[in-house]
Amino acid sequence: MQAMQDVVKHKVSILMATALSALLLSGCGEEEAKPAGGIDPKVYTDSLFAVMNADRTNYTKLIIARLGPQGADSIKPHEYWEDLDNGAPLPAQMFRYGAEAVSETSSDFSYSLQSLWPINSQNAPKTELEKEGLQFIVDNPGENFYGTETLGEVSYYTAVYPDVAVAAPCVACHNNHKDSPKTDFEMGDVMGGVVIRVPM
Amino acid sequence: MGIRKRTVGVWGIWLLASLALAGWLGLPLLKKDTPKTAFIPGAMTHGHHQIELQCGACHGDGFNSQEVLQDACVNCHGDELKAAQDAHPKSKFTDPRNADRLANVDARFCVSCHVEHRPELDVGMGVTLPMDMCVHCHEDIASERPSHEGMGFDTCASAGCHNFHDNRALYEDFLLAHAGEPWLKPEPVQPPRHGWRHDMDDAELVALLRGDGPPPASVKEPEHWDGNAHAEAGVACTACHGSAEQWVDTPEPLQCARCHEPEVEGFTRGRHGMRLGMALSPMTPAQSVLNMHVEASHRELTCVSCHGAHDFDTQKAAVDACVGCHNDEHSNEYLRSPHHDLWKREKRGELPPGSGVTCATCHMPREAHNGDVRVQHNQSLNLRPVEKMIRPVCLTCHGLEFSIDALADPHLLENNFRGKPDIHVPSVDMARERDESRDGKKGLY
Repeated sequence: MQAMQDVVKHKVSILMATALSALLLSGCGEEEAKPAGGIDPKVYTDSLFAVMNADRTNYTKLIIARLGPQGADSIKPHEYWEDLDNGAPLPAQMFRYGAEAVSETSSDFSYSLQSLWPINSQNAPKTELEKEGLQFIVDNPGENFYGTETLGEVSYYTAVYPDVAVAAPCVACHNNHKDSPKTDFEMGDVMGGVVIRVPM
Repeated sequence: MGIRKRTVGVWGIWLLASLALAGWLGLPLLKKDTPKTAFIPGAMTHGHHQIELQCGACHGDGFNSQEVLQDACVNCHGDELKAAQDAHPKSKFTDPRNADRLANVDARFCVSCHVEHRPELDVGMGVTLPMDMCVHCHEDIASERPSHEGMGFDTCASAGCHNFHDNRALYEDFLLAHAGEPWLKPEPVQPPRHGWRHDMDDAELVALLRGDGPPPASVKEPEHWDGNAHAEAGVACTACHGSAEQWVDTPEPLQCARCHEPEVEGFTRGRHGMRLGMALSPMTPAQSVLNMHVEASHRELTCVSCHGAHDFDTQKAAVDACVGCHNDEHSNEYLRSPHHDLWKREKRGELPPGSGVTCATCHMPREAHNGDVRVQHNQSLNLRPVEKMIRPVCLTCHGLEFSIDALADPHLLENNFRGKPDIHVPSVDMARERDESRDGKKGLY
């Protein structure tokens, strides 16, 4: 069993390394390093999500959970953190800042965090595929959703991954936020989804 | 033969006329400061008319790309937008899920809303601005905020409620945090300015102060030298005028940047100094589109225009220098305003330092940077929309509701805040009502 896990880990590592190499190459201005040039779009988006999810989980568990009322209470995670001397961005904001920074340097892919129960209504699913995908990952816990769509005359490979409540602050903050449409989240619930798009 | 001569003559006239036309059109392109009026498709807005001769500042070399124009906007205004926590950054629109919105307003490019060479479209903001921009994306706002039902599509920004870029003083939680404040705070005093030791260590400072040795023997001490800030700090003549061998009687306009870099940087970004920032001759009141005193028409705007060449009087720079040129109603009414009364009382020693409100207090506010309090020398930075003035200026002395109302009252803007606002902007009331309707539910933090 351990050996099998090692093999899977090894394969995932190779996939991630391949995807990241492709990203790095495209970032260095290499000619047309398109996903279709040798890497399956699903592998590409799965790898991207693996990195995003790891960073997002780590920020939530290792930083946010140790601050605020449950932790040191010296640095305050807050939506308007820029207006506080000791403020820190919330995990969803940290994720968005990453997406915005990527959008300034690459048009090879884009991503966003969305939910059927968004605190900020701009983060509700908007395209038909987003709506279908967000509903699918809620109805089918543990599964991802993949599809293609055309937006503004460009075709996209679109993948939707579940965003699961991994730490107490996720649930507590969303259940207590004055703008949250849903207030009975529990640990392990699918609270939303990460939507990754790759132009085809 | 006669016909042939006539033909040669006609060709000669044509050639001369063509050369003259080419010269008239071409020569201005070779010299930076020469007006290029023939090539300007229309007058510029208030924000850019000072630099209209510097076509390349916005268009680059080739007039060939929307990206070049966009880069030019970002080069000058990008830092301001970041500092303002821009509510609608470009990244919000490059996400493919907003492709349908881009079809309505291509918000990736500043020029989609802020058109140049069409000043007739300016609605008083210094730049052109479409009044219906919000509705393209937020037309269903009433479904989320029933309180907005029936509000006109052109009232989102005009009522002092929302701005496209800078909402730092207008977002709901900020309104709630400042709800119920008195119109005047108990201690209405602005913070004292710190010295000018910006990002320099002591050795650098001493070297700058000492300058390049003694001045030429023929140089006499200027009339107003005793007691000014430079004399007290021990600044040598040669620190500004150059060494005895390279002495200049009138230092370059931006010479002050050698020690006062942040101040000069702000100055060259504002409407007073942007010509110097673009390597053009200094701005003069004669070139302004505002009402100016005729006798001031040909004064050149450099650091010493306001601070003096040797007296460096910040009191003069804070009021007299401004009203010496500006001749509009707001400027003239200042001298009869309660803010000016406070300034007179402070100068007489009747009120503590920082109690007076000068032109500079509002238009060149004191900003804290890593513990240093500096004066922002870009006096255009918080000018439009006026709500940009709320946080850095008004809230120092006044409550938020009063500040929003006062800035929304055009009569008060004209008479320089003589009296209380007749207009009430209900944004704080609406935020409070919405908060109460949710049983005052507070977030986790």
